[in-house]
Amino acid sequence: MSIRMRAKEQSGLVTVKALVKHPMETGQRKASDGSLVPAHFIQQITAKANGEIVLEAQWSPAVSKNPYLAFQYDGKKGDTIEIAMIDNEGKTFDGKGKVK
Amino acid sequence: MNRREFLKKAGFAGMLAAAVSAGLTFPKKVWAAWNEQAFKAKKTPDALNKVYGTDSLTDSDKIFMQTPDIAENGAVVPITIQADLPNVESISLLVDENPTPLAAHYQIGKGLRPYVSTRIKMGKTSAVHAVVKADGQLMKATKEIKVTIGGCGG
Amino acid sequence: MKIKKWLASLGLIGLFAVSSVSAKTDPETDRKSFVDYFKNRHSGVEMSAYMNGAYALNQAAYDEWLSIEEFPPYELALGEGEDIWNTPFANGKTYQDCFDTTPEDGLRAKYPHWDDSRKQVMTLELALNECRSANGEKPFGWKKGKIASLSAYVAFQGRGHMIQVSIPNGDALAAYEMGKEFYYTKRGQLAMSCADCHVYNSGNKVRADMLSPALGHTTHFPVYRSKWGAMGTMHRRYGGCNEQVRARSFKAQGPEYRNLEYFMAYMNNGMETNGPGARK
Repeated sequence: MSIRMRAKEQSGLVTVKALVKHPMETGQRKASDGSLVPAHFIQQITAKANGEIVLEAQWSPAVSKNPYLAFQYDGKKGDTIEIAMIDNEGKTFDGKGKVK
Repeated sequence: MNRREFLKKAGFAGMLAAAVSAGLTFPKKVWAAWNEQAFKAKKTPDALNKVYGTDSLTDSDKIFMQTPDIAENGAVVPITIQADLPNVESISLLVDENPTPLAAHYQIGKGLRPYVSTRIKMGKTSAVHAVVKADGQLMKATKEIKVTIGGCGG
Repeated sequence: MKIKKWLASLGLIGLFAVSSVSAKTDPETDRKSFVDYFKNRHSGVEMSAYMNGAYALNQAAYDEWLSIEEFPPYELALGEGEDIWNTPFANGKTYQDCFDTTPEDGLRAKYPHWDDSRKQVMTLELALNECRSANGEKPFGWKKGKIASLSAYVAFQGRGHMIQVSIPNGDALAAYEMGKEFYYTKRGQLAMSCADCHVYNSGNKVRADMLSPALGHTTHFPVYRSKWGAMGTMHRRYGGCNEQVRARSFKAQGPEYRNLEYFMAYMNNGMETNGPGARK
């Protein structure tokens, strides 16, 4: 599981926080030899709660390195959260957890 | 041909196939295409046009942005957007002075609160817009975030 | 540095009875003067707030830091560190086998300390890597990557334990003195000492950066710096700070930085460890 996630419920509101290790290169940074480091960043995110899609997001490389995502929905303890991400090189990342 | 080359050559469809075969639980139809034109637009109005088909927005006092006035480090600027509006369909985040203003776009699904939080990179001091589409209407709130040059490198 | 000269440099001469007979300094007097200096310089800041560094002095930066602390970037290092800590070595032993204390019981706060059998200061990172070597594993690098993740995990599990560095004998005192000397010695092309920024100019700004107070510095390491986009150990930061004033940096986990860490940690006696930290 490459996505580190925390999902907590309080008074019927579930807050999901997620972090994933990723360089989020813009394609504009220069390496020490002067060459450009190619763009490498997470482009798409899908999140599900209890099997239903709740969020679909698209990111640019302007999202910070080791990117952070948080969202909220009305839910309860024990709900299953699944998050999947895919970057511009086709590499995928996933995370699954239960709401505490 | 290695896997990376294969994925690049195969294009988007190839990516999906690879993702599905990689064991993702999400079926093909879930992934909408990444809006390349919108993300590559160099000016905010162009980006808005590519996302919404218009750059005409109404200011709303029901969109709340939690942002620092002065970003401690332009590489990691925390932004939280919350909309006190019914039937929010999507939230976009745009940074005028970034080389490509559209930073993120969120499709708010059924049952999701109109709330997103993330951390972004800002190249320099800029107006930052939270654009919300709700009930077919396009609204925005704007905050200026200053980005400064620090003194403590290392 | 003789105690009288040291106190004078802190602007505290005349406030304390100074014995001119003995050239030896008393670390506990040093520490109390150190704490009093900051209490006076930043009146209104609670002692317990100093562990938050510059954020204790700057409300706006504090609020921004709190947003980041909602789910801080060092969470990834915690995950990696936990995996490393819990994975046995090839020979079946674990990191815990090298230590008498568990991370949860305050392993972090046990370091740095004086090791009299080896006549040197021991730090957490040094102990972790020696544990690896002793069990046939290649040691990690000293400044970032796996050592930082492992240190972050140990720090996190041991948050809230009190720092109680002791100086048991003359040899340990000599190490403390060397650390203190280093702290107050001007170096580099910019001819600045650690104290120039973090004592005499604590709370002032270097361009847009606010200088953090020395009091509490060692409590929150290792640290995820936005600037690095990654975790780093205390000795990584020491090296960076030295290079910033265009001085040569010393070897991570070498005697200079270990003695420096010993002095700085002693100054934080009575404070709680709260690492890892997230900083700009």
